[in-house]
Amino acid sequence: MKWLTTLFTSSLGRKLIMSLTGLFLCSFLVIHLLGNFQLLKGDEGVAFNDYAYFMTHFLPIKIVSFGLYAMILVHAILGIMLTIQNKKAKGKTYAKSGTTNVSWASKNMGLLGTLILAFIFIHMGDFWFKMKMDQLPMVMSESLGFEVKDLYFRVAQAFENPVIVIAYIIGQLVLAFHLWHGFGSGFVTLGLNNKKYSPIINAIGRIFAVVVPIGYALIPIIHYLR
Amino acid sequence: MNLTLKVWRQKNDKASGKFEEYQVEATEHMSFLEMLDVLNEDILENKGEPVAFDHDCREGICGTCSLTINGRPHGPNRGTTTCQLHMRHFNDGDTITIEPWRAEAFPVVKDLVVDRSSFDRIIQAGGFISVNTGQAVDGNSIPIEKEIAAESFDAATCIGCGACVAACPNGAAMLFTSAKVSHLGLLPQGKVEQDKRVVKMVETMDDEGFGNCTNIGACHVECPKEIKLENIARMNRQYFAAKIKA
Ligand code: SF4
Ligand code: FES
Repeated sequence: MKWLTTLFTSSLGRKLIMSLTGLFLCSFLVIHLLGNFQLLKGDEGVAFNDYAYFMTHFLPIKIVSFGLYAMILVHAILGIMLTIQNKKAKGKTYAKSGTTNVSWASKNMGLLGTLILAFIFIHMGDFWFKMKMDQLPMVMSESLGFEVKDLYFRVAQAFENPVIVIAYIIGQLVLAFHLWHGFGSGFVTLGLNNKKYSPIINAIGRIFAVVVPIGYALIPIIHYLR
Repeated sequence: MNLTLKVWRQKNDKASGKFEEYQVEATEHMSFLEMLDVLNEDILENKGEPVAFDHDCREGICGTCSLTINGRPHGPNRGTTTCQLHMRHFNDGDTITIEPWRAEAFPVVKDLVVDRSSFDRIIQAGGFISVNTGQAVDGNSIPIEKEIAAESFDAATCIGCGACVAACPNGAAMLFTSAKVSHLGLLPQGKVEQDKRVVKMVETMDDEGFGNCTNIGACHVECPKEIKLENIARMNRQYFAAKIKA
């Protein structure tokens, strides 16, 4: 059993956990974004509310979502621990900071990640928590034949406020930087770094880091403009 | 050329240390270390305590020289050790800041000299081949693909200077350790003990207090031998495989 504990407590083992959870969270970003695009349908939220009902009442999805919360926590807590440990391992920093040409994002993953965690809390407090606490009005769903929670109402209400819209755009900017380094880095940690595949993975990573946050940012922007 | 040097001075590992400013006259043909020799002669003439700095071969092969020059380990040039850096890459009137390698696993001994024995202990943990390889065999009796041989040789050019650790914002020693792991493990004689080697060397690296790699890549940028980041990925791969294997 010792091999298992040392696997996950060694520096490389913890890297592996960061990589696997991070890449899983990337896949979640895609699913969540595709679902959220229903907010843009212009149908006063009929499709979106049905979708929200399905996501909160279908057992397999409920199970996966608990896995997801766990992954976010593991990724965040371990990330913060590693950042603190790395600061300690570095000790004193240089009086004059050199110009090593590496990406800014790669050196600030801890900071970016902490901001994203804060964003997730605010975001969940805005929507998820309000839904769980029954603070939303009910609306009749034609297709389901019964009343469901009107999450769309809350989303539309939130994105009337320019402050919230700007906060969401900043949140996506932070996410973009985090992904800019994180996506490719996750694969390197898994041991994938070679001339054949790395250029492809890195290109996909960079596109992912730009397209996904833009997709998310479009939702509050379009809502606000409507 | 007239230069202003801001040099880190520190009595011993316990002292707190601070920057001292010096004026020095150098010529552009001097190496960086020769320029420091001139500085030390000046200091000695004035009955001062010379600046302690590490050096040995002065031809870029031993890995002893170790100065962070203007925030960059081994100075501004790519693929160059401090001893091979010449003053022609600086301008008359420049102010140059010189600091020791910074990492908790490399404590300062004095001024610009750091203790890099943590690297030695990583090597002692597995950076060798202990299987009996017998007498010297015929040159080509063990076929090795050219690419593999080159890859191994590239990794073997690591001189163990520690600039990778010094450059890393996390104080991680992954580039060094992975270079050593790759250089032996890519060849048939080294393959035999590779699983054991990877696990032992990574464990020792962790125990010595080096930080955790986050794939920033600053190590590769500052490495005087331009050791490739592919070695790090290879070590990740081999470490996980070695751990999982029954
Ligand atoms: S990997 Fe490069 S920087 Fe690190 S010890 Fe070896 S030669 Fe020096
Ligand atoms: S003194 Fe030997 S490499 Fe610089």
